[in-house]
Amino acid sequence: MIDHLTQAAYLAAAALFIFSLRWMAHPKTARRGVAAGVAGMTAAVAGTLLHPEIESFFWIAIAIVIGTAIGVPLSRVALTAVPQRTALSHAFGGLAAGLVGTAKYAIWLPAGELTGFRTGAIALEVILGFLTFTGSLMAAGKLQEIIPTRPITYRGQNAVNLALLAIAVLAGVMLVIDPTKWFFFPVLVGLSLLFGVLLIIPIGGADMPTVISLLNSYAGLSAVAMGFVLENKVLIIAGALDGSSGLILSIIMCRAMNRSFTNVLFGAFGQVQAGAAGAAEKKPVKSVTAQDVAELLELAREVVIVPGYGLAVAQAQHRAFELYEQLTKRGIRCRFAIHPVAGRMPGHMNVLLAEANVPYDALAEMDDINPDLSQVDVAIVVGANDVVNPAARHDKSSPIYGMPIIDVDKCKTVIANKRTMNPGFAGIENELYTADNTLMLFGDAKAALGEVVKVLSGESGMGH
Amino acid sequence: MHTVDFWSMTFVFLLATFVGLDVIRNVSRLLHTPLMSLTNAISAIAVVGSIIIAGEQKTTFSTVLGTIAVAASVTNIVSGFLITDRMLKMFRQQGPGR
Repeated sequence: MIDHLTQAAYLAAAALFIFSLRWMAHPKTARRGVAAGVAGMTAAVAGTLLHPEIESFFWIAIAIVIGTAIGVPLSRVALTAVPQRTALSHAFGGLAAGLVGTAKYAIWLPAGELTGFRTGAIALEVILGFLTFTGSLMAAGKLQEIIPTRPITYRGQNAVNLALLAIAVLAGVMLVIDPTKWFFFPVLVGLSLLFGVLLIIPIGGADMPTVISLLNSYAGLSAVAMGFVLENKVLIIAGALDGSSGLILSIIMCRAMNRSFTNVLFGAFGQVQAGAAGAAEKKPVKSVTAQDVAELLELAREVVIVPGYGLAVAQAQHRAFELYEQLTKRGIRCRFAIHPVAGRMPGHMNVLLAEANVPYDALAEMDDINPDLSQVDVAIVVGANDVVNPAARHDKSSPIYGMPIIDVDKCKTVIANKRTMNPGFAGIENELYTADNTLMLFGDAKAALGEVVKVLSGESGMGH
Repeated sequence: MHTVDFWSMTFVFLLATFVGLDVIRNVSRLLHTPLMSLTNAISAIAVVGSIIIAGEQKTTFSTVLGTIAVAASVTNIVSGFLITDRMLKMFRQQGPGR
């Protein structure tokens, strides 16, 4: 009887999880999605606690207290730190899967209950779980800049990594053939942990959005493998939902950078294009003041702001919102054009701007806004570089050739904000800055936008 | 694990993946960051497996591992749902006043 109750609770949880993700389709219904997720989780946990196999609730209660104590502060991090938090939670998910797999093996081995199926599922769960654990910790460390963010490469790196993974899989196969050969188990665990570290070492900061999405997918798949081990269908369903979400996000990120999965994971070469940074011909740039920019904006009918991660680094989101407000007040149409890889994880820039009060209907996708850009009077590029570099469209020798970009160069006037003319982190020259219709507004993003807003608000007679 | 169980679970996995791909494809691109924290919390359903291992107390070893796994999953559940809701609250539509 209790078993039926538990299964019914799991069934309800599975349905609620699907509704939860469905409601994420639109910002209007999204918070309902969170409520559905919480309800599903509560049902599943309640159904599990009814289980007659549970001898004592002591350690469960302790663990829930610890988890809550860590979880609450983790949910209050600054929005710029959300990518690190996300990587950390992939690590926890992987860890849980790896530990449950190990515990199940340890329980079933002396009881003689290890079948080939069970051992195979455990091996898969442990490999995925532990490589997600260390890989995500590495990713979190790189995002937090505890670990150097530049790619670390050495000769034969891919061969070493693939060989390690192959040995781990081989150890898993040996276990399936004879589950009592327990000494293969620590080999499997150790290699998976090591593989996770080595997989992330060669990946640079610019690829982090893809890597986080991919680790998301692995974390989901490790939950699926756990479902197979425990013969628990709600785990399989929830894991599959998580896994497919990570997969879709990875594909979107890869397309936005015109790269393939294998290229991101195994293609660390060509990351640091020292290139011809000094050799490029020096075309003069036209520098303008905040006053000039304000005058130009007042004459515009349509303005597009293109933010990059540099905007968030300079903490200039709120100035960007004030600028948006000043323009909208004058009846000028103002939108933000968001490149899919702007920020450190999928959708990151949207969250950063939403925090600064920018309404979501003013946030436009690259594909939606590109056809309109030739009608736009002024484009303001803040903290973005590669994603607006026209070389991606025509220069076959450019490392970013083929990457979809926001075509700001087609706007009537482009205002690009930069600290100095030094080429950015990637060291790729950007011909946008020397184009005839581009004006450079030098200075820190926060200060420069602040100046423009000050001039605009002064002229409107509204003051602050 | 019986053959039939294995296959029925594989069917569940296949169908859930198709449902997942379909549902996620319709998620607004605006919300991809909260989506990731939400699916993270949901996949922490792994807590149900961990709870049984921590609670059935077969051996000290398995109880320790189970307890750590419950703590890790609960961390994801708590922080995942809370931060998703926190981010979603910030998304507002254009309208009069702030």
